[in-house]
Amino acid sequence: MGILEVKNVGKRFGGLQALGDVNLSIAENTVHAIIGPNGAGKSTLLNCLVGKLIPDTGSVMFDGQSVLGRKPFEINQMGISRVFQTPEIFGDLTVLENMMIPCFAKRDGSFEMNAIGSVMGQKDIIERAEQMLEEMNMADKRGMNSASMSRGDKRRLEIGMCLSQEPRLLLLDEPTAGMARADTNNTIDLLKQIKEERDITIAIIEHDMHVVFSLSERITVLAQGTPLVEDTPDNIKGHPKVREAYLGESADQ
Amino acid sequence: MLGLNKKDASLLLVVVILTMFAPFFLNPFPTESAMAQFNAGYPDLMQRFVIFGIFAIGFNLLFGLTGYLSFGHAAFLGVGSYAVVWMYKLLDYNVLPGLLLAVVVSAIFALAIGYISLRRSGIYFSILTLAFAQMMFAISYSDLIGRFLGISLTNGETGLQVYTSDPQVLLNDWETVPHLLGLIEMRSTYTLDLAGWSFDFNAGYYFCAFVMILAFYLAIRIFRSPFGLMLRAIKSNQQRLNYTGLNTRPYMLAVFVISGVYAGLAGGLMASMDPLAGAERMQWTASGEVVLMTILGGAGTLIGPVLGAGFIKYFENIFSKINENVLHTWFNFMPDGLENFVVAIIYPFIGKGWHLTLGLMFMMVVIFLPGGLVEGGQRIAKLLKRGKKDDDGANTATATKPAE
Amino acid sequence: MDAIILQVLNGLDKGSAYALIALGLTLIFGTLGVVNFAHGALFMIGAFCAVTLQRILSISKVTLSETKKNFLGQPSEIKTPYVESWFGPEVGASIIDWSVPLAIIFSIPVMIIIGVIMERGLIKHFYKRPHADQILVTFGLAIVLQEVIKYFYGANPIPTGAPDVFKGSFDFGVMLGYEANAIIYPYWRLVYFGFSAIIIAAVFAFLQFTTFGMVVRAGMADRETVGLLGINIDKRFTIMFGLAAAVAGLAGVMYAPINSPNYHMGMDFLVLSFVVVVVGGMGSLPGAVLAGFMLGILESFASMNQVKAILPGIDQIIIYVVAIIVLLTRPRGLLGRKGVMEE
Repeated sequence: MGILEVKNVGKRFGGLQALGDVNLSIAENTVHAIIGPNGAGKSTLLNCLVGKLIPDTGSVMFDGQSVLGRKPFEINQMGISRVFQTPEIFGDLTVLENMMIPCFAKRDGSFEMNAIGSVMGQKDIIERAEQMLEEMNMADKRGMNSASMSRGDKRRLEIGMCLSQEPRLLLLDEPTAGMARADTNNTIDLLKQIKEERDITIAIIEHDMHVVFSLSERITVLAQGTPLVEDTPDNIKGHPKVREAYLGESADQ
Repeated sequence: MLGLNKKDASLLLVVVILTMFAPFFLNPFPTESAMAQFNAGYPDLMQRFVIFGIFAIGFNLLFGLTGYLSFGHAAFLGVGSYAVVWMYKLLDYNVLPGLLLAVVVSAIFALAIGYISLRRSGIYFSILTLAFAQMMFAISYSDLIGRFLGISLTNGETGLQVYTSDPQVLLNDWETVPHLLGLIEMRSTYTLDLAGWSFDFNAGYYFCAFVMILAFYLAIRIFRSPFGLMLRAIKSNQQRLNYTGLNTRPYMLAVFVISGVYAGLAGGLMASMDPLAGAERMQWTASGEVVLMTILGGAGTLIGPVLGAGFIKYFENIFSKINENVLHTWFNFMPDGLENFVVAIIYPFIGKGWHLTLGLMFMMVVIFLPGGLVEGGQRIAKLLKRGKKDDDGANTATATKPAE
Repeated sequence: MDAIILQVLNGLDKGSAYALIALGLTLIFGTLGVVNFAHGALFMIGAFCAVTLQRILSISKVTLSETKKNFLGQPSEIKTPYVESWFGPEVGASIIDWSVPLAIIFSIPVMIIIGVIMERGLIKHFYKRPHADQILVTFGLAIVLQEVIKYFYGANPIPTGAPDVFKGSFDFGVMLGYEANAIIYPYWRLVYFGFSAIIIAAVFAFLQFTTFGMVVRAGMADRETVGLLGINIDKRFTIMFGLAAAVAGLAGVMYAPINSPNYHMGMDFLVLSFVVVVVGGMGSLPGAVLAGFMLGILESFASMNQVKAILPGIDQIIIYVVAIIVLLTRPRGLLGRKGVMEE
């Protein structure tokens, strides 16, 4: 029994069957990659997991509880954090303030009315946020306006924000998309480090095979809205069906 | 001090000093001098400065912090006024019960309108609030609910006022005008004549100023609180906030209600100064006015809305009094042809044409100075500072604070 | 039954104005992604084009009468409009009489120029800024335009008559077998409705059947893709803005005889036109037209005495009530497309 169980999930947009009949089980404390060519339904699947979309059929269970029909913030409070394709951070706020917000969410839940006390008086939150920045090697940037950072740093901050909530499942949507080689490698190192240091399950959607094979323990190949195969990276590399559907294309490029 | 950091405390202190000594600051010219027409220190106008200041501070809590542009805030202003006049009619001329009712009623209206309008964001939110306010204007203007119930609730286009036939169950013999707990009448004014100068100290003004200082203080606290941080996060990236496990809806609704209460309080104070309430206070032009004030002064800054309100009210009342004759006397020193030419150029922008100047200035601010007059001031201060620094030869980079 | 027909007819002219303004608004929104609060001002400027042309045509040569004297015993002044002295009294007089329809020709270039200047000079710079900024800057522009008109034309409404032939009313009732005067409808309002229908049809035909229109429609659906095709969409959008301005202006020109032009008429119509656009569905052209007529007619039904007896004053709030209900139950509006300005 995995921490995330997707059963018979289907989703249709008008005439387009985006997801056919998806079954997926993600085991606790593993890194599980979901790959597939463009239009395979990876993003649709991800959106079904975080509450942005509601599938037409099937069920999605997280740790024995259904996530369907819950709003994104409720699903996050259950222990699922999401990293976006383009880093989504609070561009108008400083790096430290960015990091404080998930700390508030972790401590106070989805809504807490504290309109009179000062932010600076929240010692525990500040301490936690600074510790998190330290772990992300970003302590020197704490006072910076977050919008002015490089894309790699924004990604690092976003991942740090997600981790500060101590999620049980971290979802990454093409975390290295649009990044330079150096930034990509930094991100891979960061993710490897996270995997080693924490008890966390990571599900990753990725195009870059280098990223996928250097990180994941299990790989699901999605094509035309249905899972083609699921196996270990080594077996996936040699799988004829996968080569035909996906890797062949990518090797030619 | 008072739970504020040093910078905020000194800002508050400046506001306190400015409002307390406003009768002096606003009447800098001797009464007999030609410049006396620029004096703004008369009770009526001073009251409006601070009342609209409260209105704008409240609007800024919503727009400045969250970026949600409400085009219907005047609805709460009107509701507050009606509430106060109704308390005059039912009880007596004491303003406190009315203000209390104004706060409660505007909170209820803000809760209802906010609950519905906040289901949408962006332009839809603006149009929904506008539609609600226009609807409430139409309802009050023709007293729809009153007619439906068979009573006079808003007294239609005449406006709500106190009649001798009203119950006024607590009325004493001496009560004829609004007062505070029977201690002081709102319109009572002490005039200090000093060597050609004249300064008015009006009770109503000081009452409103006191409320504004409280409102301003509360706004600082909200800005600096975790709640304020969440609101700024909503403006910055609502999606990230949702995926960080925070529910934006109650945050938005809370700030919408707070902002509506500020407007209701401002409307209540208007009726506390002058015991009348009319539907035109709810019209969308009134909502537009508070938008102008806040943005002109500097949306998202603490002091900006107060400055904007003062600025617009000053020019509305003083600028608009300058007529062609006054201009001619000013430019008398020029040769005739040039004088006429200069007057002809300036005239469309002053006097009755002051709204044209306002519109142009507003556009300039939106285009070039998104931080409003406050940002303008900061830029000038920075330029001056830099000039000084270069002289000293020091090149230590100072951390620039964001515009707040 | 006759009362119902009458109310439908009464709703048509206001509905036409709403539809025309909303059409331009939604066209600008759909193509440029800009929320234009100054669109009402364009309608107002159109109405003042009619006023201006009437004034220009009425410019007169003053001569002193040889026979008539005024009460001071001096020869009284006789004003002869130049057009009358050029074309003869009869033709000249009818030119002046027809100044409102003639203003159509006069207003088209004027409005297109104003629209293009507005887009190139101001709105272009706001494409990438938040919607709130667009609302604010066009709101400021609306105030400025309004005040300029007020400066030149004064604050009072200026009566601007329709040609004499269109004065008076048409008796629909007799045609349908009712008593005389049961359903009477002013000729000019009929003209206005017909005129609006033609303009609306022309706009749709233009977008449907020309290459230019095709590109614009594609741009409305997906701006980036069209940009990738190497088509200079910006230039077309500028022209589109000019056209939307012309449509608003024409709506204003022809509305002048119905409602004497005043400087704040644009704002009055704008608030309602926004509601119309939102009800119809932001960015949907048929939606704007449908909602314009629907709300116009609904408003006129709500002002029937029978309705008012049950719900006094409902006519003043009906549009807002409908708008709020529509927005809450069908967030995209009646005919709105998915994905257009949803959040």
